[in-house]
Amino acid sequence: MAEAPDADLKTVVLNDRHIVAGGRMVPFSGYSLPVQYPTGIIAEHKWTREHAGLFDVSHMGPSFLVLDRKSGDGEADHVAIAAVVEPLCCGDIRGLKPGQVRYTLLLNEAGGTHDDLMIARPAAEGWGGALYIVVNAGTKEADFQRIAAAAAGKATLNRSDHCALLALQGPEAVDVMRTLVPGAAELGFMHYGSFGWRETHLVISRSGYTGEDGFEILVDPEHAAALWDLLLADPRVKPIGLGARDSLRLEAGLPLYGHDLDETISPVEAGLNFAISRRRREMADFPGATRILAELGGVLGRVRVGLEVEGAPAREGAEIVDAAGTTIGHVTSGGFAPSLGRAIAIGFVPPESAAPGTRLNVLVRGRSQPAIVVPTPFVPHRYVRKAST
Amino acid sequence: MSVRFTKDHEYITADGTVGITPYAQEQLGDIVFVELPRPGQRLKQGDEAAVVESVKAASEIYAPVSGTVTAVNDALTGDPGLINAAPETDGWIYRLAIDNPAELDGLMDAAAYAKLTT
Repeated sequence: MAEAPDADLKTVVLNDRHIVAGGRMVPFSGYSLPVQYPTGIIAEHKWTREHAGLFDVSHMGPSFLVLDRKSGDGEADHVAIAAVVEPLCCGDIRGLKPGQVRYTLLLNEAGGTHDDLMIARPAAEGWGGALYIVVNAGTKEADFQRIAAAAAGKATLNRSDHCALLALQGPEAVDVMRTLVPGAAELGFMHYGSFGWRETHLVISRSGYTGEDGFEILVDPEHAAALWDLLLADPRVKPIGLGARDSLRLEAGLPLYGHDLDETISPVEAGLNFAISRRRREMADFPGATRILAELGGVLGRVRVGLEVEGAPAREGAEIVDAAGTTIGHVTSGGFAPSLGRAIAIGFVPPESAAPGTRLNVLVRGRSQPAIVVPTPFVPHRYVRKAST
Repeated sequence: MSVRFTKDHEYITADGTVGITPYAQEQLGDIVFVELPRPGQRLKQGDEAAVVESVKAASEIYAPVSGTVTAVNDALTGDPGLINAAPETDGWIYRLAIDNPAELDGLMDAAAYAKLTT
């Protein structure tokens, strides 16, 4: 059961901190990362839902795309940089307000998904003509190549994945943040800013992937350990591994790239219509628009659903069968939901089997177990829409 | 005759009680579901007898020796975490009437198993 150490694995800046904290290091997306600490996944999961969990997500791909020739007019420069990335994705990047973060998708010409990502517009006037972009770990090399190619001659992509990216998530995250960087505690959900801290700057967004309120913090490698230590010195904060990160995002009904999203799955199939901005729909100017607009019009073969599973967890790949015993789809993410004390899953089924309340079955080790379609999120999101004052 | 161990981290006691070792439960992490064998079920050495699911993955539990299932630990259905809390006592999984006690001799003793896991 023990994982053999792999010499090819990259380590994150805070690798030593994870080992000291008793993290069980496993390979993930080419990095050695803690899947859990000694308290275990369930305790870590529950701690995050009740207090504040600190996650090291430095394997992800933070970057800054910066216009090569700025006009100095912040608004015009934003329009120019938005025009660089909009041909790759379905989000309204031009329409971002200063400081706003948007979840969007990089699409292929067939309307499938290269990646899901965050794109943000800097709040500071002097940063007009730049975008803060965070992509997934497993896809970052391809994503960065794609963005850099689209930007050639117009803008330069500066990778920041040598830094540490930390996520502080949970209902007490905002109180912890207030003691550290009071200004960041005033950010609204899906907004970000750059904040002076000691002799450096932290890029902090009010965002995350757990369904809880919280923050994601980009810190340079020289200050990462000090920030980690300071956050963990707060009794409300505990380190949380990738295992609980996955169970938290599953309960929150959030898709995981490479599982619930891939090169064949469109944003409409994945139930991410909110990420296809109105202006882009009207312009029909994004990759795969023909398919995606048809799907928005109702031509849809499969859709993502949430399932409450009776009995053993139905894992990725488990067949979903209808009452007649016909296989109608597969589970793409599944496991045990610590907050619910039961098995849940995300999978794809035809629209006629997707209504909440539909009784289906999943095959686990060849045996049929009842599964009922339920709305997602499985556990309500607790995002803080407006900054508290 | 004391406790014997398999390379798959099951233990079996002299009375045929089977479970997973403290090392195994530590490696698996929080156990959230256990699929038990059926009393009366005939198992050959190496047959899949039970499944233990952690948050992350499912792991098969094999029969350390051949025999017939005489009892299962029903308490695990409501409280699978017993395997984490007390793998060698309250967290036992099932009990076998052993066909051929000589098969036990092919398994590891405590000292050999300790070497495997350190």
